[in-house]
Amino acid sequence: MGVAIRLNGVTKKFGTFAANINISLAVEEGTIHALVGENGAGKSTLTNIIYGMLRPTSGEIAIKGNAVRFSSPREAIDAGIGMVHQHFMLIPELTVAENIMLGNEECRLFSRIPLKRIRAQIEKDAEAFGLGINPDEKVAQLSVGRQQRVEILKLLFRNASIMIFDEPTAVLTPLETEQFFTTLRSMRDKGKTILLITHKLDEVLAVADTVSVMRKGELIGTLKAASATKPELARMMVGRSVLLKVDNPPSQPGKTLLSLRNIGFITPKGETMLDHLSLDLSAGEIYAIAGVEGNGQRELLQVIRGLAPAGSTLSGEATLGGCSLIGKTPREITRMGVSHIPENRLREGIILDYPVSSNLIFGRHQERSFHKGAGFDDAAIKSHNRMMIKEYDIRCSSPELQPISALSGGNQQKVVVAREFNRPGISLLILAHPTRGVDIGAIEMIHKKIIDARLQGVAILLLSSELEEIVALATRVGCLFKGSIRHEFSRDEVALKRANEHEFIKEIGLHIT
Amino acid sequence: MSSSKRSAFISPDTPPIMTKKTGQLVTPALAILSALLISTLFISLSGQDPAMIFSKMVHSTIGSSYGTGQVVFRLTTLILSGLAVAIPYKLRLFNIGAEGQLLMGAFAAAITGSLIPETLSPALAIALCILSAMAAGGCWGLLAGVLKVQFGVNEVIATIMLNFIAQGITGYLLTWHFALPSTVHTAPIRSAAGIPSIESLTGWFANSPANLSLLFSIAAALLFQIILFRTRFGYEMRAAGLQPEAARHAGINAGMHTLIAMGTGGAVAGLGAANIILGYKHYYESGMTGGIGFTGIAVALLAGANPVWIICTALFFSSLEYGGLTVNAWVPKDIFMIIEAMTILLVISFSALEKQFLNR
Repeated sequence: MGVAIRLNGVTKKFGTFAANINISLAVEEGTIHALVGENGAGKSTLTNIIYGMLRPTSGEIAIKGNAVRFSSPREAIDAGIGMVHQHFMLIPELTVAENIMLGNEECRLFSRIPLKRIRAQIEKDAEAFGLGINPDEKVAQLSVGRQQRVEILKLLFRNASIMIFDEPTAVLTPLETEQFFTTLRSMRDKGKTILLITHKLDEVLAVADTVSVMRKGELIGTLKAASATKPELARMMVGRSVLLKVDNPPSQPGKTLLSLRNIGFITPKGETMLDHLSLDLSAGEIYAIAGVEGNGQRELLQVIRGLAPAGSTLSGEATLGGCSLIGKTPREITRMGVSHIPENRLREGIILDYPVSSNLIFGRHQERSFHKGAGFDDAAIKSHNRMMIKEYDIRCSSPELQPISALSGGNQQKVVVAREFNRPGISLLILAHPTRGVDIGAIEMIHKKIIDARLQGVAILLLSSELEEIVALATRVGCLFKGSIRHEFSRDEVALKRANEHEFIKEIGLHIT
Repeated sequence: MSSSKRSAFISPDTPPIMTKKTGQLVTPALAILSALLISTLFISLSGQDPAMIFSKMVHSTIGSSYGTGQVVFRLTTLILSGLAVAIPYKLRLFNIGAEGQLLMGAFAAAITGSLIPETLSPALAIALCILSAMAAGGCWGLLAGVLKVQFGVNEVIATIMLNFIAQGITGYLLTWHFALPSTVHTAPIRSAAGIPSIESLTGWFANSPANLSLLFSIAAALLFQIILFRTRFGYEMRAAGLQPEAARHAGINAGMHTLIAMGTGGAVAGLGAANIILGYKHYYESGMTGGIGFTGIAVALLAGANPVWIICTALFFSSLEYGGLTVNAWVPKDIFMIIEAMTILLVISFSALEKQFLNR
C-alpha cells in the first residue's frame, strides 16, 4: 500500500501566531487515520491546508506520491480529496440528487441534466456502502444522520479516494454513530483513505487504524490504534495526566426548587415543540436531560429563561421557588437567582469583540458592586476578574485588552463558567452543553466545578448531547423525546448504573430515539 | 463596520484573527488616496490640469479665511448628521433618514424662533429653539424605531419613506401656512434666538457663515464617545449591536435600545438645525439642507461609526464639498460627488480585501 497523503515539514503562520509547526505525517492508503487534539491544537488548520482552503507558509504536500500546491479546494477535489465539514454544506431546498450533483452536473450550462444516469450512479454508491437513501427527497426533510449520508455520497459521486471528516459524530445519536462507523470500515475495505478529525477518544480507539496526536500546533506522535489506550492519548493531547472521570459523591437533595407541570410550547409557525413536559428539580441535585437535538431542548430553555420568541404559545405551569416564571423577562428571572450557560457560546454566551474583562461581567453588569456613576468601577471589576481568572485558570495575556475571540474555546467557556457559577444568590444553574468544543483539560475543571456547585446546594439542570457527560454528572436522568420526558431514571437507578457506563449509555440511547 | 465583516468560517479551531488595530487607519487612508488618484484621472479626462484644480481647491479652502469658514460651517452640520447615522449603526440599524430628521428639526427651529416672545433672553431663546429642533428630529427618528420594533418594518425603508414625508410636510406647511407673502421662506427668527458667528467673537473667518454651533457639534461627538465607550448604557448598546442573541441572554432589552438609538439619532440630526437656522439663515426655506443628511452616511461609514473619527471624516467631506464648489467653473462639481461615493466604496472593499489577505 502506498502513502495517500504525505506532509513534509508543513508550517502555517497567521501573522506571528503559528497554527501548525513543522508537521510531517504520512497517511497510508486504505486506512482510517484519526487526527486528535484539543481545540486550538491546529487540526482544522492542517485539514484546511490539505483541502486547499489555506496555503502553508512552508513545507511540502504530496498526494499519492505527487507533490501538490493547491490554491483552492477545487484543485484538491480534482486530485481526489473530499471533505465532510462539521457543519454540512447542503442546500435544504434541493433534493438529495440535486445536492449530490451540484458542481458536477456532467453537462453543459444550458443542456439538460442527465438525471437518470446521475440517479443510477447515486443508487449504486448507496448500495455499495449501505447508505440507503431516497435520491428524490428534499434534504430539509432528512434527519442529521441522513444528511451526513448525502455528504458521503457526494464524495463518492466525485470519486474521492481520500475522505476527510471533521468531527463527524458530534451531531449523531449512538445508533447513527455505529452505522457511520460501519460505513467507514466498508469504505476503507474498498481502498478509500479516511482522515478522521475528532476529539472523542473512545471513537478513535473503536474505528481508527492509526492515530496522530496534535498539541499546540505540533504533531506529538503517531501510533497504532490497536496498541493505544485512552489515558495515554489523553496525556499526549493535554501534556499531563488527566482525570477522565470526575469524582461524584452521593447527593442529598433538598426542597423542590424548579417545578414544570404540563409545559406545552407551540412555535409561531405552529410546530409543537414541547408537549405536556413535567419535571421537578430539587436543590443539591443534577437533573440531566438526554436527547437528540431538536426534541425540545432549546424550547425548554426558552421557557425557563423567559426567552421564548414573540408569537409562540406557552401552556402549563413553570415555577421557581413557588413563583411563576411564565411572562417574566430574562432580567427578572436572572434576579430570582437563575444562572445559565447558553448552548451556543459564540452566539449567546459572549461578545467576541469585547475584551475578556468585559465578558467576565457580561449579563452581570447590572450588579451594583461593579458600578460607579453611570459607568463601571474599573478597580472593582479588575479585582473580581483577577480572582476569577486565577480560580478558573483562564489563560489570557491581558484581560483588559485582549478580545475574548483570541482565546481558545476552552478558555472562552471558562470565562462563561466563572461568570455564571459565581452569580450572587444563585439557586438554579442551567447548563446547556457546558463542555461543547472544550478541551479535555478544561472539561476536567468544569466538571469539578459543577459537582462543587451541587454540593453547595445549587439546583442544576444539565442538557448535554454527550451521554458520557450525563452519566458522569447526573443525579437523575430524564430522556427527552419529541417534547416530553419519555423516561426518567431515578436517583438510585443512576447511582447503580453509573458503574457500567457503556450499558447505561446504550439504555439511555434506546429511550431517546 | 467591523461587526458585519466577520469571516464566514467560524470554527472553534480557527486561530485568532489579527488585531484590527493596525488596519484601522491604514485602510481608510489608502481608500482616500486611491479615490483621489482616480479623481485625478477624471479631472484629466475632463480636459483640465489636476494639479491646477487641486491647488485652487486648497487655496480656496484652507488657503483663505473665508473658505475655511465655509468649510467649518459645513463641518458643523456634517458632524451631527454623521452622528445621526453612526449611533443607530452601533445597533446595526441603518438610518438613511438623517435628511428628513434634519428637515423637521430645521422647520421646527425656524417656527419656534419666529413665535417666541421678543423679550426672551438669548440663552432661553436659543435653548427653546434647539430643544424644539431636537424634539422634532427625535420624533421623526423614533417613528422609524417604533415601526421597526412594533411592526418589523425595515428601518432603511422606513427612514427613506419618512424622508419623503418630511419633505412633503415641510413643503406644505411652508407654502400654505408659514411662507412670508411673495417669498419662499418663513418669517425670520427673533434676534435673541440667533447664534453668534465665530467672526463676531474672534474676528476669524470673516463674512463666512461659520458660527458657534460648531461647539455643539464637537461636544456632541465627544459626549457620544464617552457614552458609548465609558458607560453601562454604551456597554449594553454595543453588545446588543454586536451580538443580539447574546444580549438577550444577558437580559438586555434590545427593542428599547433600538428606540433610544433611533430617537437619539434623529434628535442629533435635528440639532444640525442650530447651525443652519439659528447660526446662519435665520429663517427656513425649501431645499436648504441640500442633502447633507445623506453625506452623513458617508461620514459615518468612513469613520467606522466612531464619534471622534467622525470629526475627521466630516472635515474631509466638508473640504471636498466646498472645494468642489469653488472650482465649479473648471470642473463640474459632479466629479466631487463621484470622489465622495468612490471613497466609501473603496473603504468597504479595502476592508474586505484586508480580511481576506489576513485569513489566507
